[in-house]
Amino acid sequence: MKRRQILAVVFAVGLASLVAGCKKEQPPAPKTEAPRPIEAAAVKIGSASPLTGPQAHIGIDIRNGVQLAIEDANAAGVEIGGKKVKFELIPEDDEANPTKATTVAQKLVDSKVVAVIGHFNSGASIPASKIYSDGGIPQISPSSTNPKYTQQGFKTTFRVVANDDQQGPTIGRYAVENLKAKKIAVIDDSTAYGQGLADAFEKTAKGLGSQIVAREHTTDKDTDFKAILTKIKGRGPDLIMFGGIDPQAGPMVKQMSELGIKAKYIGGDGMQTPNFIKLAGPASDGVMASMPGLPKEKMPGGPAFLQKYKAKFNSDVELFAPMGYDAVMVFVDAMKRAGSTEPAKFLPELSKTNYEGVIGPIAFDEKGDLKNGPITIYVVKGGKWEPLETVTPGTTEAAGATASGASATATAGAASASSTAGTGTTATDKK
Amino acid sequence: MDIFLQQIVNGLVLGSIYALVALGYTMVYGILGLINFAHGDIVMVAALVALTVVQLLSGSGLPPAVVIAAAMGAAMLVCIVIGVTVERVAYRPLRRAPRLAPLITAIGVSILIQYSAALVWGKQYISLPELLQPTSIAFGGAQFTDLQVYIFLLAAAVMAGLLWFIKSSRIGRAMRATEQNPDIAGLMGVDTNRIIAFTFVLGSAIGAIAGVMVVLYYGLGHYFMGFMLGLKAFTAAVLGGIGNVAGAMLGGLLLGVIESLAAGYIGDLSGGVLGSNYRDIFAFLVLIFVLVLRPSGLMGQRISDRA
Amino acid sequence: MHEPQESGVQHPIMPGNTAITPLARVVRNSRLRFVLYVAIAALLIAAPFLIEAALGRAWVRIIDIALLFVMLALGLNIVVGYAGLLDLGYIAFFAVGAYTYALLASPQFDLHWSFLALLPIGALVAAFFGVLLGAPTLRLRGDYLAIVTLGFGEIVRIFLNNLNRPYNITNGPQGITLIDPLHIAGANLAKTQTVAGVSIPSLHSYYFVFLVCALIAAFISVRLENSRIGRAWIAIREDELAAAAMGINTRNVKLLAFAMGATFGGVAGGLFASFQGFISPESFTLLDSIMVLCMVVLGGMGNVAGVVLGAVLLTALPEALRYAGPLQQSLFGAVYIDPSDLRMLLFGLALVLMMLFRPAGLWPSSIRRRELAATREPSGTEGADVRR
Repeated sequence: MKRRQILAVVFAVGLASLVAGCKKEQPPAPKTEAPRPIEAAAVKIGSASPLTGPQAHIGIDIRNGVQLAIEDANAAGVEIGGKKVKFELIPEDDEANPTKATTVAQKLVDSKVVAVIGHFNSGASIPASKIYSDGGIPQISPSSTNPKYTQQGFKTTFRVVANDDQQGPTIGRYAVENLKAKKIAVIDDSTAYGQGLADAFEKTAKGLGSQIVAREHTTDKDTDFKAILTKIKGRGPDLIMFGGIDPQAGPMVKQMSELGIKAKYIGGDGMQTPNFIKLAGPASDGVMASMPGLPKEKMPGGPAFLQKYKAKFNSDVELFAPMGYDAVMVFVDAMKRAGSTEPAKFLPELSKTNYEGVIGPIAFDEKGDLKNGPITIYVVKGGKWEPLETVTPGTTEAAGATASGASATATAGAASASSTAGTGTTATDKK
Repeated sequence: MDIFLQQIVNGLVLGSIYALVALGYTMVYGILGLINFAHGDIVMVAALVALTVVQLLSGSGLPPAVVIAAAMGAAMLVCIVIGVTVERVAYRPLRRAPRLAPLITAIGVSILIQYSAALVWGKQYISLPELLQPTSIAFGGAQFTDLQVYIFLLAAAVMAGLLWFIKSSRIGRAMRATEQNPDIAGLMGVDTNRIIAFTFVLGSAIGAIAGVMVVLYYGLGHYFMGFMLGLKAFTAAVLGGIGNVAGAMLGGLLLGVIESLAAGYIGDLSGGVLGSNYRDIFAFLVLIFVLVLRPSGLMGQRISDRA
Repeated sequence: MHEPQESGVQHPIMPGNTAITPLARVVRNSRLRFVLYVAIAALLIAAPFLIEAALGRAWVRIIDIALLFVMLALGLNIVVGYAGLLDLGYIAFFAVGAYTYALLASPQFDLHWSFLALLPIGALVAAFFGVLLGAPTLRLRGDYLAIVTLGFGEIVRIFLNNLNRPYNITNGPQGITLIDPLHIAGANLAKTQTVAGVSIPSLHSYYFVFLVCALIAAFISVRLENSRIGRAWIAIREDELAAAAMGINTRNVKLLAFAMGATFGGVAGGLFASFQGFISPESFTLLDSIMVLCMVVLGGMGNVAGVVLGAVLLTALPEALRYAGPLQQSLFGAVYIDPSDLRMLLFGLALVLMMLFRPAGLWPSSIRRRELAATREPSGTEGADVRR
């Protein structure tokens, strides 16, 4: 019996490998890359973001931005390599779940998309980037700010948002140098985005001589911050910095005013949304937040974009729709220059991107990070975000060159003075 | 000292919301022995219904009190309908089934309510239009708003009313009888099916009040908000002794205060090793300690092995 | 060929004299059984290639993940299905295994241990956590246990999310990147391998590794069920007091259930970390615990085949539902319900309907069915009894 079973297994293995062998004969080449002739069907572009779960509203916002861009490109009748091209969107839901993100990524690679806009969360973008890299498909994340995303050494990873190592220090310098904050309390929402931003901020502020009087944490699901705010109140800070997004920032600012905390409040792009003002009510007045890029209203396509979005989806832009829109346009731009929709052909052009988008001038450094464009600090005035000041930050090239572990410390103060000149001029030149 | 007092105030307001939600869990558990996982989502529906009503009426120039009353009425109505339907369709057929079956059903119902709400209201955070202008009150170094006072008083009134109702009314007596032994209560002429349905009515209505409070206090609603709130409230119910109405109130208030104090002082007490990031752990740690040392909760009479 | 080989299958409580199904007849007949085994083995080996050809590579990945969930579900089945201890925080052991692997095989501490050492270590660490959870909860049953285990799962996740300060151990919410892939006999499984002229892509290699592990887990589960320990677990599930009276050391036996269950989770976690190359605390939430529990319950508690079925179904079904959007588009010309919502709605509905109409699961344990048939039970409320 035993022997026969062993024989059976051996037989089975043989049979299976035979089947496998046959299967392998025909399709190996077209499986991985997609060297399709240009006139073939539509050019597929994938988008991946959470369409369900607690972060769905931001994920849908991204998909809407991408969809708008694709419709615009089709309406404009883009020609690539002398042929008219029609783009088709394949939206996928990664549920903000890293495991699902890899499945979705594989699915997009399978369905032969030539480019991917996604994912929203760094936690999803990072594991997925490996799969896109293996498939040779370029990926632009509209929103993942974790520095590690582009530090993995993949040629296919890009992002059109400042990473935490760029934005955090900018806010930090602004807080210390412009707002003259001496005693600062820092709060984060325990997510990769919020904590990364807050950590980078804290290091810069400390480096510039401010005192961090409290470092508190909440979660991205909480709505009650009275306990930590009360503790902070006891330390008497003159500025509170929050690393996180609007559903927390809104109620937090409201509760601050209820507790009679008079300190200034500043945060990152995650809370620079219309929804924040609605959530915080009158307490939002005077709150500041940074946003990479120039003020939307000052962009050539900015106001038009906001209008178009509103008309199409009947809601205001949540957060990252402009980035999603620009990401598509950056791909199209690269394809035009390469005269091809094949990832292998337009990928080299992608890294040479120099594009004037809704969010500002877009160019990538050698890692695929957004080259330091300007970052604008906004303030809420009379229930609206008003641009306060546009800062051109120091580059993080110094940080990028060092190993991942040490990068954050290197950014602190040193990089600022030396490199402002370099990127500062390029940014203004483009204007 | 000011800070300490403030933290207690914070905790009591938060705790009174936990307590109201916990009542829904504890009443259902007391009578059916079922963790109604969907209860947190019923609170969520109440919050979203109230938001919709306030949005519709906010331009009408009605006084805020009328708007809030209308919102609360609508929320209660919707929640009662949902609560009773869920009981009738999903829980009643499983009443004599082994314990795990209704528990899984409850998780399923919870998901169903969440995503139905997502279909109706979308997935954005919905914010409350300007309705109330809470005035600040300073008392002995602590600072709070009149809204917080109202929330606390309303919660206290609801709880006192419920205690009286269960103790003194005819239906309350029938509820207690059903809780002790449904079969014998049935023999004594109690229509247990109706009493159980009524328990869901009561639990959903109180949950609706809690939902409206959450909206007024925090000013936002979201289809996913019921999950964590429900979890905390359930913890509160167990802390007080699940199945025990007074225990749920105590547990809720206690959990609110513990959370506030933990978030406020843990960092200093542990020398910076732990921080406010461990706040949620404290709720669960307290729960585990209570269950291990006194499994019946603070005010429960039952032995642990009944479950 | 000879009956004694199979005697273990028959449960001592009740000799197998129930109606013989056609499948059972096949299993009884040695020649047919032989053919069946061969067919199954061939199918399992050819599966990734067939699936890739038919459905695309994404589905191979889905099957890979399904196999990991098979391991998880089998582990939870020991705790819930055999010993009747309701665990709502099971994903914590998965997390512990994954982090053990990630910390010891990634640039985080610049350690790159071999997975041959790491999988047993992960299993041991997870087992230790299993005992850690089990010890204080020995006195609790049913719902109380459920809620404590739920708390335990959350505690583990919160610690993983926050152990980056004051000393950075887990890298907090940023997660751990660049985790080493599996290396077997010098071959890096992250790259396409060529074995005997057949090129095996990374996903397929992982499939085979996971398949072997899942088969081992299934084998252990089956053997445990019919062992002395397995019978002790079932005795505790049915009546703890009576079990104790029969001389079963309920404390040790319960702890063993927690430890064994955790072990499966720990191994699966290590494999998951190497497969994904990146882990962060987001992957180990309460919803994941509930998902695994649903696999066990929907499939059929206590029945290994049912649990495997449940795990595969619940991993694959949500993926299949993603196609609902395009379908609506072509049928009605518009998408009325976002496929992602539809997925969750159907999932919720399935849980409710299953419990109402088929509470013992899709593939209930035959022992359980026999027992239930023997005892008088009012109406159709058989099976799925954690508490009696």
